[in-house]
Amino acid sequence: MPSGGIRSGAGRPKGQGKFGEVTKPVRIPISMIDSVMTFIQSYDLSLPIYSNKVNAGFPSPADDHMEGKLDLNTHLIKHPSATFFVKATGDSMIGAGIHEGDILVVDRSLEARNGKVVIAAVDGNLTVKRLKKSGKDTLLSPENNNYKPIKLTENNDVVIWGVVTNVIHKV
Amino acid sequence: MFALVDCNNFYVSCERVFNPYLINQPVVVLSNNDGCIIARSNEAKALNIPMGAPFHIYRDFINAHRVKVYSSNYPLYGDMSNRVMMSLAEFNPNLEVYSIDEAFLKFNQTSGTNSRRGTLKIKESIFKWTGIPVSIGLGPTKTLAKIANTFAKKNNHHGVFDLSSKTKQEETLKDINIENIWGISKRWGSKLRMIGIGNALQLRDSSPRRIRQYLGVVVERIVYELQGVACLDINEILPKKNIMCSRSFGNVISEKTILKQFIVEHTIRACEKMRNQNTRAQSVYIFLKTNKFNKEKQYNGGIVLGLNTPCSDTAQIIKLTSSAVDMIYRPGYLYQKAGIMLLDLIPEGINQYDFFENTNYSLSDKRMKVVDLLNKKFGAGTIANGGLRSKNKEKWDSKKYYLSPRYTTQWDELPHVT
Repeated sequence: MPSGGIRSGAGRPKGQGKFGEVTKPVRIPISMIDSVMTFIQSYDLSLPIYSNKVNAGFPSPADDHMEGKLDLNTHLIKHPSATFFVKATGDSMIGAGIHEGDILVVDRSLEARNGKVVIAAVDGNLTVKRLKKSGKDTLLSPENNNYKPIKLTENNDVVIWGVVTNVIHKV
Repeated sequence: MFALVDCNNFYVSCERVFNPYLINQPVVVLSNNDGCIIARSNEAKALNIPMGAPFHIYRDFINAHRVKVYSSNYPLYGDMSNRVMMSLAEFNPNLEVYSIDEAFLKFNQTSGTNSRRGTLKIKESIFKWTGIPVSIGLGPTKTLAKIANTFAKKNNHHGVFDLSSKTKQEETLKDINIENIWGISKRWGSKLRMIGIGNALQLRDSSPRRIRQYLGVVVERIVYELQGVACLDINEILPKKNIMCSRSFGNVISEKTILKQFIVEHTIRACEKMRNQNTRAQSVYIFLKTNKFNKEKQYNGGIVLGLNTPCSDTAQIIKLTSSAVDMIYRPGYLYQKAGIMLLDLIPEGINQYDFFENTNYSLSDKRMKVVDLLNKKFGAGTIANGGLRSKNKEKWDSKKYYLSPRYTTQWDELPHVT
């Protein structure tokens, strides 16, 4: 049985080091070590040229006019901490384009002015109606002839909850 | 000048925003697992339902008085809390969120009618924008602002109370029991009573030096704060010394593997909290308990295990806590509660090197930072340690029989309008 000598296939496979290929020791004069190392290092720095793809075409004329993407959130929601989503049921506001199942964007920070579509709490229930002020009277008015407006008096328990700013309707 | 903004009966108020029917009705909200009453509307308080009362004892009383009952809906309360805090920040970005329903604000100007008017405006806007009623206490220090807030809650003050004048302080501080001062624990309270200090005025007028010798620097600081000398700035909260994560189970558990998974999940959460305040634990405590209200045989197991070096690495702590379960688990019992506590937390910066172990935090810290970031960005549990199989979660998930919809965080649970 032989002992010692070359064992084929022993050791690390070639080309596994940091250079990713087979390497070879080279003798250089001591006085030149620094300049050779500097050269090697600068060679290293230039490597990315080969790894980067360069688009050598004509630059896009739109590059200087990029504006970012359109964001529905910022379009629909001006005041995030005061904005809530609610879901419409029934058809009392069909004339205002509010259908069953639509999602309403409601901003509580807005003033409920005359003519605005509002969410109101009427006797403990949330309802969507148009706020109409005529003379002394204030009405919560539906937009469907099958429903009657609610007149605000001291007797009924009505609190304006928020102002509807947008309707999200699936088509 | 500091303000403490506190949401009135916060959990009840959140329910009322989306269910106006509850306004003017007695309402209570229950703790996790529908165990205790943790929030009461003023109407429920008027019925003398105590804070923290066990629900099962008051159930008949609650039914008889038609009190509306809700399980705690944390997704809703968390979102509403965020809205309140964001709204406050619009008025004053110098804000410290102190709890889910409290925040401190720091104003540069000193007191005056202006500040009262400004504060009323804040109060009214928060209510209009979010539907949440708040009370605001004003004072020259955080401790006095906190006391002012308890007066703001009383009916005749419209939710704002200014404690910046010396005469007002004289008048009111004597009515504040020592235990009700922010930062005074029950134990400190009884110790102070032993030396004849029973209310806030007496504490204010005692010698800070003497108090320091008697109870330490924390209470001394409270004396100064009561005198109007601000010692605590905004965001200056001392990190917690211990962190506890425990829970009663919805149903009793007797299998060891499920208990272990429970402990692993809560270890992960506790470690997250610990890293969030930049601390490391030096030991951990694990416990398992049976239901003491039951007639079954009882067992209370707990063990403290020390860490060789302070540690904030979830994986290492899980190793310890799950081996702790092996040590304290006894078969044949119906366990009802379990938990983990991280003990003797010290700041990350303090680093006592171990003689035998080579403590190098950099790799583990980097790893945990990535884990925390991922979970923050993509939701809790995005990345977790292997011991956690979430399909068993429902076994310990709490009872929530009276849960309201998650009105603001789920598309299919939005409030309906007719």
